[in-house]
Amino acid sequence: MLGLVIRAFQRFVVDTYGAPAWEAVAHRAGLPVQGVEAMRVYPDALAAEVAAAAEGVLGRPRAGILEDFGTYLVSHPDRQALRRLLRFGGGCFRDFLASVEELPGRARLALPELDLPQVEIDDAGDGRLTLACRPPVPEVIHVAAGMLRAMADDYGALVVVDTAEGADGATRLTIDLLDARFAAARPFALVAGVH
Amino acid sequence: MAARSSAAVTLDPVALGRLMPLHLLLSPDGTLAAAGPTLARMLQGTAWRGSHLSELFDLRHPRRGLSGGPARLVGERLHLVMRRPPHTGFKGQAVACAGGMLLVNLGLGIGVVDAVREHRLTERDFAPTDHAIELLYLAEAKSVVQDVLRDVNGQLEAARTAAEEQALTDTLTGLRNRRALDGALAGAVASGAPFAVVRIDLDWFKAVNDNLGHAAGDAVLQAVARALRTETRAGDTVARVGGDEFVLLLAGVAAAEEAEAIGQRILVRIAAPVPWEGREARVSASLGYVLSRSYARPDPDRLLGDADEALYASKRAGRGRITAGRVALAAGPARLSRPAAARALPPAQ
Repeated sequence: MLGLVIRAFQRFVVDTYGAPAWEAVAHRAGLPVQGVEAMRVYPDALAAEVAAAAEGVLGRPRAGILEDFGTYLVSHPDRQALRRLLRFGGGCFRDFLASVEELPGRARLALPELDLPQVEIDDAGDGRLTLACRPPVPEVIHVAAGMLRAMADDYGALVVVDTAEGADGATRLTIDLLDARFAAARPFALVAGVH
Repeated sequence: MAARSSAAVTLDPVALGRLMPLHLLLSPDGTLAAAGPTLARMLQGTAWRGSHLSELFDLRHPRRGLSGGPARLVGERLHLVMRRPPHTGFKGQAVACAGGMLLVNLGLGIGVVDAVREHRLTERDFAPTDHAIELLYLAEAKSVVQDVLRDVNGQLEAARTAAEEQALTDTLTGLRNRRALDGALAGAVASGAPFAVVRIDLDWFKAVNDNLGHAAGDAVLQAVARALRTETRAGDTVARVGGDEFVLLLAGVAAAEEAEAIGQRILVRIAAPVPWEGREARVSASLGYVLSRSYARPDPDRLLGDADEALYASKRAGRGRITAGRVALAAGPARLSRPAAARALPPAQ
């Protein structure tokens, strides 16, 4: 896993809970004193350690923290880059959902070491979709939930995203698409800075 | 023109526009009969219908242009540039159609980022098979990654500065630096074992820099560093503490004779000329030393200060020699400084 991911989480904790909270998380997770390097590859287990440390320091369940992190990644006004990159997935939220399975490939094109987990979308056809993530980091499903809600908001789509335990014990997301006609999408130009 | 077979395809303009939003249909005389929806948007404000292709576009390839009739374009890799601003460039190819018409399909190629900005295109302006959106995504992803790399570089730069501040080695000579010397001195004082502190200042060094250049000066400093390393032992500390100033911490040296013997050997070595680009750089050295044993309670600053005073006595006495600090002779008259066995000559540069 690229240090970039941990650094993004660091920004989220600092922006949301303040720098001392992050220092406590970093200390508890045993992160290097000089900080995590964005372009260095770290063991996947480190992500789970950081999540566990955040749970302890912030006194909140891990799932909620990770979901907020996902929302932050897409919707924080200072972090427009990822939202824009995700919007290239499609012109409407449905098209975007259809492109989610391509995300690891898109990420690799941008940064070969950015190894995103494989995502599978199952479209039952009745307006309900199921999203599952392949291991090795099962927690990522909660980040995905936050990101999906924020992206739906971005597209002006009305959706209900829920977590559900599958028969195999793995957590999945159910995405119910509601009528999107009355919600306004946030503007998106293909080239940044054009309105 | 091939006769209509069962495999021939007929498309209505809307379907054609969906498949190829950037196409245009040329009449046999080279005038535009129709344009795909995206191309029509880009040509908005010009009376393009019925205009000749060459009025609207500069045909850069093939070079001969439309001479010989539009049909000559078939099979060529086309490169067209819009005549009016923003002079958008297109790649394209032409195929012949029924009735002598020519179907030309265009694409924006690598210029797609600029074209999208200038014509305010959206994803609906491109066919799903067009890689335009992927190209735009990549262009943006690239700039995001560049920002990340810039951040990483900034962090590395800060780390390097911090490391340099904490470094113990002088980068030019590989000797220890002032910080390392301070640490070694404090350790030596704390240990209580005897030691000598020798201060060394080069004579005529400025002349080398002035006459032979700074690279020659650097070569001299490196030669001096080699000389100091050769004449000291592994447990000693050899530090460069200024441009041409050095300090030795000689561990276990309790006798003036021992310190002076080492000093004399150093004087001889430093006085040896340093070859430099067919010429010779010559310096000598002035030394001053103190013994820790001479002090009831040795203090690093005091030791360095007294050794410095002895060094200046060497300078005043004519350079190229070693002088003991005054404190060593508390009971007697000021001791004469001893010139080096091989007296350094004034520079011949």
